[in-house]
Amino acid sequence: MILYELVSFEHLRLIWWLLLGVLLIGFALTDGFDMGTGALLPFVAKTDTERRVVINTVGPVWEGNQVWFILGGGAIFAAFPPLYAVSFSGFYLALFLILSAFIVRPVAFKYRSKREDPTWRARWDWALFFGGAVPALLFGVAVGNVLLGVPFHLTPDLHSVYEGGAFGKLFGLLRPFALLCGIVSLAMLVMHGAGWIVLKTEGAIAARARRFGSIASKVVLAGYALAGLWLAFFIDGYAFVAEPPHDGPSNPLASAVAHSGSWLAAYGDRPWIVIAPVMGFLGTVMAGRALRSGGELSPLGWSKMAVFGMISSVGLTIYPFLLPSSTNPDSSLTIWDASSSHQTLFVMLVATAIFMPLILIYTAWVYRVLWGKVTEDDVSNPDTHSY
Amino acid sequence: MDIGVVELSRLQFAMTALYHFLFVPLTLGLSILVAIMETVYVMTDRPIWRQMTKFWGTLFGINFAMGVATGVVMEFQFGMNWSYYSHYVGDVFGAPLAIEGLMAFFLEATFVGLWFFGWDRLTKVGHLVVAWLVAFGSNFSALWILIANGWMQNPVGAEFNPLTMRMEMTSFFEVMFNTVAQAKFVHTVSAGYVTASVFVLGVSAWFLLKGRHVGLARRSIAVASSFGLAAALSVVVLGDESGYDAGLNQKMKLAAIEAMWETEPAPAPFTLVGIPDQQARETKWALHVPYVMGLIGTRSLTEEIPGINQLEEEAERRVRSGLIAYDALMTIQQDREATDRAVMQSFEDHSEDLGYALLLRRYLDDPREATDAQIAQAAEDTIPHVWPIFWAFRIMVGLGFLFIATMGYFFVQSSFRGGRYPVWALRFAVLIIPAPWIAAELGWIVAEYGRQPWTVDGILPTALSVSALSVTELLLTIAGFATFYTVLFLIEIKLLLKYIRKGPTEDVQLTDDWNAAHRARLAPAE
Repeated sequence: MILYELVSFEHLRLIWWLLLGVLLIGFALTDGFDMGTGALLPFVAKTDTERRVVINTVGPVWEGNQVWFILGGGAIFAAFPPLYAVSFSGFYLALFLILSAFIVRPVAFKYRSKREDPTWRARWDWALFFGGAVPALLFGVAVGNVLLGVPFHLTPDLHSVYEGGAFGKLFGLLRPFALLCGIVSLAMLVMHGAGWIVLKTEGAIAARARRFGSIASKVVLAGYALAGLWLAFFIDGYAFVAEPPHDGPSNPLASAVAHSGSWLAAYGDRPWIVIAPVMGFLGTVMAGRALRSGGELSPLGWSKMAVFGMISSVGLTIYPFLLPSSTNPDSSLTIWDASSSHQTLFVMLVATAIFMPLILIYTAWVYRVLWGKVTEDDVSNPDTHSY
Repeated sequence: MDIGVVELSRLQFAMTALYHFLFVPLTLGLSILVAIMETVYVMTDRPIWRQMTKFWGTLFGINFAMGVATGVVMEFQFGMNWSYYSHYVGDVFGAPLAIEGLMAFFLEATFVGLWFFGWDRLTKVGHLVVAWLVAFGSNFSALWILIANGWMQNPVGAEFNPLTMRMEMTSFFEVMFNTVAQAKFVHTVSAGYVTASVFVLGVSAWFLLKGRHVGLARRSIAVASSFGLAAALSVVVLGDESGYDAGLNQKMKLAAIEAMWETEPAPAPFTLVGIPDQQARETKWALHVPYVMGLIGTRSLTEEIPGINQLEEEAERRVRSGLIAYDALMTIQQDREATDRAVMQSFEDHSEDLGYALLLRRYLDDPREATDAQIAQAAEDTIPHVWPIFWAFRIMVGLGFLFIATMGYFFVQSSFRGGRYPVWALRFAVLIIPAPWIAAELGWIVAEYGRQPWTVDGILPTALSVSALSVTELLLTIAGFATFYTVLFLIEIKLLLKYIRKGPTEDVQLTDDWNAAHRARLAPAE
């Protein structure tokens, strides 16, 4: 017997679609508060010591958090290579902007406090702000574009061609609906970051974080609701003309796809998925209340639920699509025709089953060791707070 | 196909990979050296070792941040710039990259923060364990990246699936235990250990020349020279192993390294120096050492190593065979599962040469219409540019022997001569600090430039691997990366120099207090 046939191809594709969701949500939950904290830095911390307090709250953990982003990229590559190939080359310049943020951010954390010069530090503070805010916004814009469909087609050799010139491609992403998604995503991570700052700091910084986080939660509520209405009434979804076999070879051109009524038809077919947007709304409302009312741990807890609900609502709504093509729907990528081979998915599943629990255990342990508030006294000790 | 896009994509990849590789070797080696120093500290409880650990740890941290920042780019660039490559081999190549994240990168990145922030939150042994986890994480990371890279050099355990138009994994075991990957892994991490050892040695020598931090410098030299000597020997031995593997799998690369135009009678001589002339297909003023090449390449006295001209003839045969596979593939693309058995058979018989037919895509859209001249051109394209590879290899090897000599000298002086270092030797140690970086970058050039015209040897040509981007997009990102990387490089160097000049910050008294506090904290448990 061949070992990898222990799990059927169809199940593996489904499992990897779920794992992709787990990784993206893991990224948003961990690195998300880093980005939110970066975006809040100039607003919640005024003096240099305050800024160092805020930076030192994420100081020991941002490196591990950022790996969720890298692993997300690696997992898309390994489990859904066509998705990796089409989306990363299609969103070329936008991704370059995101990468720029991810290049500058580590260096900013590490180098900011290595010199006393206020101009030097102010510059790195702005780098941390943009390094947090720009990707937070652009990830949402990307999600918005996935919902709208993206203008690409595949040649018979499966070369991916994305329509438009260099700038047409970049600015073509900034459609109104996609921008709305970008704002929701930015506000969501700001709310999440505020929850983190409330947990890890005290006094004036925490108070400011509560104020900005509460505003952000209102933006999330309004934006998420508006995006839902927009999807319901003005945006076409996609559907298979004929469903491809769930265990067939991964060739996106082998299936026929067409525009269909609305993405939200999914809620008629699979009513249980309504739990995702409910969690999104409920988490946001409760996180806003917790930020205003003074709980220490609860704002972050509720915002975790909000992030989980909102991200999974997108995945569940467009299932089984990964990346629909607006100009040539037949080229659309779905989990049934854009995955890796049976064997590769199995090997990757084994690796994930071994290492993911270990990662979760040691990450939890590291957070536990570092548990507690960061104070202004703390940051004067280079032995414990190196930024 | 836009050759401008191909060339610019290659430029960008080379630029970002070479840049990333400025930080990787130091991270690989310094993580282990720091963990060794911390181990000595925990075992002996002597404050000077804690001071050393923290001093070299600070420099490690500055370098590590740059490694992380530039490494993110590498993970995403395959999809951004090499989208056909990503589609064509993602089923095989993606897995080791993802496992690298799961097994290695998470480990080092999660614990590196705790290492810097956890000095007073962990027991001494706990903190030491964290140091080693960071070091293991970094080194495992190199393992999986080189398994991925090794597959590009020697694509085992995979075959082409005409229904999905891509390479698919047939044996993960073969991919993982690819001999090329294993030899490359040990060669590369050893090169990292040498880099860090030369760095620690050079900086310590500078301290001694200035008469500063003498205790720290002398102990650092003792650690660096013994570790560095072992590493330098390993680099050369495993480099030789890589040469042997190239003899088995990448004959063209080996012939280019050697500038060996014609098959020589076995055992072939080694060309020590010379001026390779690709036009005339000869090496001028060549200085030969008899037998050596045959021994390195085949480990026998009787086996021949094929020359470039013979390999080119072989390539032409394979282009023609590949065209039969390509023709069958076009039929399969139309008929899919319903394809005629005879066509399927013909594809299977010639599919291992399919990549050679794809070389023609550089010149025309349908390779089946290629003229004899174009086929000959495609065969000629399989010869990489010889002189850069020839010279890069020789300088790299020369530097390798220089490191053995230097490390050997300092090891003897520190272990058997009471740690007496003449001024000239110390100056020399400072002077050669950049040398291991030069050797490492040249090693990348030999391995990757020598792999051209392929991204995956014999399977997928580089020219076909790119994304459908415009020259404008590439120029923008190249300019962006160049600007970012130059600014960050200057900042990094400035900070490293600042922290080296500043020397160890922690005075020994502080560490004594810390040790006392630790003992007090642990006392009730005893």
